[in-house]
Amino acid sequence: MRRAIYFLPVALFAILAGYFALSLRPGRDPQLLPSAMIDKPAPVIDLAALDGGARVTNGAFGGQVTLINFFASWCVPCRAEHPMLMRMASQEKIPIVGIDYEDTPDRARHLLDELGNPYRSTGIDQDGRLGIEFGVYGVPETYVIDKGGRIRFKQVGPISADVLEGTLLPMIKKLAGS
Amino acid sequence: MLIAVTGATQAVEPSERLADPVLEARARAVGQLLRCLVCQNESVDESGASLAHDIRVLLRERIAKGDTDTQAIQYLVDRYGEFVLLKPRVEPATYALWFTPPLILIVGGGALLWRARKRRTIAPPEPLDAAEREKLAALLRDGRE
Repeated sequence: MRRAIYFLPVALFAILAGYFALSLRPGRDPQLLPSAMIDKPAPVIDLAALDGGARVTNGAFGGQVTLINFFASWCVPCRAEHPMLMRMASQEKIPIVGIDYEDTPDRARHLLDELGNPYRSTGIDQDGRLGIEFGVYGVPETYVIDKGGRIRFKQVGPISADVLEGTLLPMIKKLAGS
Repeated sequence: MLIAVTGATQAVEPSERLADPVLEARARAVGQLLRCLVCQNESVDESGASLAHDIRVLLRERIAKGDTDTQAIQYLVDRYGEFVLLKPRVEPATYALWFTPPLILIVGGGALLWRARKRRTIAPPEPLDAAEREKLAALLRDGRE
């Protein structure tokens, strides 16, 4: 039984190694911050519209499952995810509200002219205040809002095809069906 | 002397500062407790990121409106989670984080003390009897040749 104590360093090493293996696994982003806003009601939105039309408010959701996508013209990954947004808007007919975050409205308009506009409406959040209300800390970020106006999911970073097909579409279908 | 005097870096711009020095001092103090989520190892007070600037402005607004420090901090924790605090709170979820290091220190230190005390009470070897002394002498003789 005395011998057992000699295994203590090995045991400690095994515990540490296990912890490191878990924390260093591929695909894990240590800087990823889980949202503190899940299941909370979406914050009140009241922004000027990018196209100069009626103000963008929570009424834009219309009781449907909606996506809110924070983007900016200076954001490179936003361009990368743009085809996914276009696909969601045109093929899957998912309502997406765009929020132009910390940006120059003209540049945002140029971006949407150039790449296409997947948004039902687009709000201007130049001072980033709406972003803080949502808990945004970078762009792009996408929030899934359920029919009751609650935040159900947050995608940090660009939407890849995997995320779209594996996570977002099933979730939206499930929320829309309930 | 000049080098010794340099304090922590700050990123607060003159345009952000509140007119009331007492409120501004509170805002600076709270800003140093909050993490800038862009780089994640700087406080909101130090970081040059635009998110840090936005949070500093928000902080000053809330403090000027009459929020206490705790209320202003909670406003951000509600939206960003506890990670926005540079120093984690002491609560059931973080007991392991706070208490394991001192615990390991106490347990480890205790184990060392125990071993040291035990060593002192080990009995010295019994003196050799005649037969063993003869054996020892024989071995030493053989070794020399």
